[in-house]
Amino acid sequence: MGTGTAVAPRAIGEPAVVRWILIVTALCFLGLFLVVPLAAIFVQALEKGIGVYLVSLHEADALAAIRLTLLTAAIAVPLNLVFGVAAAWAIAKFEFVGKSVLITLIDLPFAVSPVISGLIYVLLFGLQGWLGPWLAAQDIKIIFAVPGIVLATIFVTFPFIARELIPLMQAQGTEEEQAARVLGASGWQMFFRVTLPNIKWGLLYGVILCNARAMGEFGAVSVVSGHIRGLTNTMPLHVEILYNEYNFVAAFAVASLLAMLALVTLAAKSAVEWRVARQLRAAQSAGPEEGRKS
Amino acid sequence: MGLVLKQRSVLPGFGLTLGFAVLYLSLIVLVPLAALVIKSTSLTWQRFWEIVSDPRVTASYRLSFGASLAAALINTVFGFVVAWVLVRYRFPGKKLVDALVDLPFALPTAVAGIALTSIYAANGWIGRYLEAWGVRVAFTPLGVMLAMTFIGLPFVVRTLQPILEDLDPEIEQAAASLGATRRQTIARVILPELWPAVLTGFALAFARALGEYGSVVFISGNMPMRTEIAPLLIIIKLEQYDSAGAAAIAVVMLAASFSLLLLINLLQRWKSTPQTAV
Repeated sequence: MGTGTAVAPRAIGEPAVVRWILIVTALCFLGLFLVVPLAAIFVQALEKGIGVYLVSLHEADALAAIRLTLLTAAIAVPLNLVFGVAAAWAIAKFEFVGKSVLITLIDLPFAVSPVISGLIYVLLFGLQGWLGPWLAAQDIKIIFAVPGIVLATIFVTFPFIARELIPLMQAQGTEEEQAARVLGASGWQMFFRVTLPNIKWGLLYGVILCNARAMGEFGAVSVVSGHIRGLTNTMPLHVEILYNEYNFVAAFAVASLLAMLALVTLAAKSAVEWRVARQLRAAQSAGPEEGRKS
Repeated sequence: MGLVLKQRSVLPGFGLTLGFAVLYLSLIVLVPLAALVIKSTSLTWQRFWEIVSDPRVTASYRLSFGASLAAALINTVFGFVVAWVLVRYRFPGKKLVDALVDLPFALPTAVAGIALTSIYAANGWIGRYLEAWGVRVAFTPLGVMLAMTFIGLPFVVRTLQPILEDLDPEIEQAAASLGATRRQTIARVILPELWPAVLTGFALAFARALGEYGSVVFISGNMPMRTEIAPLLIIIKLEQYDSAGAAAIAVVMLAASFSLLLLINLLQRWKSTPQTAV
């Protein structure tokens, strides 16, 4: 660094004018694409006053949609959590053939269009689908019913927690767990006392992202839901119905709840982010030697 | 190691966790995706070709690919500027702006869709002024591109940011002290380091826009031959109880997405090789 200070700072940075032009360009772009739409949601939701806003949220179909959205997330997120921890444990702590294929396959749902994510379940469980006739005979409804919505949501949120945990646990290595085992800890004791504290921030980060997507998913859920008011409408689908009925205030009122969820998600994400980075850095600085030993 | 499928370890739970992970992956992801591919093979080759080469379908592919490409290019240019500004400069509210970049990931797509539509409709906040200039955004391909730009916005920024942060300022100082102008330093020293990340961000934004549905269907207006995107046609086919037709359109989309995924993986490898070599 000593020789670097001899160079005039202008030679390594941009002139103030260029700097300000770039900053203003970036802020205008983000303002136009992010802030204006966000503001539009709340302005239009409150257009007819807070009274109308609250009434449109208290309507029975809106409440049913909120309940279904919460239920869906409450099933999808824990299932993907268990999967994420299990997959990350196997991938990060053990060496086996086919590991890189498995990692690629876990990311697969992110490459699939939401509409196709819904379609695949219709092709399996729909009336024209393979299991459709058998399911109909047993009187089990999956498509155009809650199970289909939950399945499609699990699919689109599938990779979030696993892909957050895999790099973190890989960087952390196996030494601490091995020590716990050698000192006589049972498998579960080792997991809850050693592994879980080490990955908690990464896990929470994954859960935050997974939950936001689970509550907000539209395309995939739209294909499998059948749009039955009060029964199979999640909040995003309810927004669509209200909007298509030109009931804009109610549509934006429900939308504003989802927008608030998004803002809370962003805030929580930012709060957790630096802790995840710190955990990862700590693991990486201690990591390389451990890796070589094992 | 060649013949050993799994290395010995004192840690427990390998069989249980791997078994569960593979089972869950198969049931949720692999079997349903296989069902899609098998469903489309139930069509004869000729019938498959008839479906995917139908003018309405090809028009939707053209719009989906064209608008995604344009949106990804816009995001590459402005995403570069945003990432640069966020890493290199200091200004008030920077942390807030940084957090806000992820909004398109967090905001449900349908909410983004109706918000954008209301802004760019002929009587909307921005659409009103554009209308006076004779520019229509809502219910035109331009609107489709705009929604796709929104949805792909974080990708280039987020792939570039860490690379820019890791860039050693001493290299730039060295270039400057050896007599390079700032422009030369950027073109010959900084940009070559960033290309893989820029291309990765571009490909991610493109792939996301290609499959996007929720934020696009409101602003597009869904006029046959003009503003229908490919994912919408899948839904239309399904509503007509033509699940084989839906599967055929989906398989083409899926092939495009997986090619992009492959490309992104190759780009990631290209990016990581020089770094480990140093």
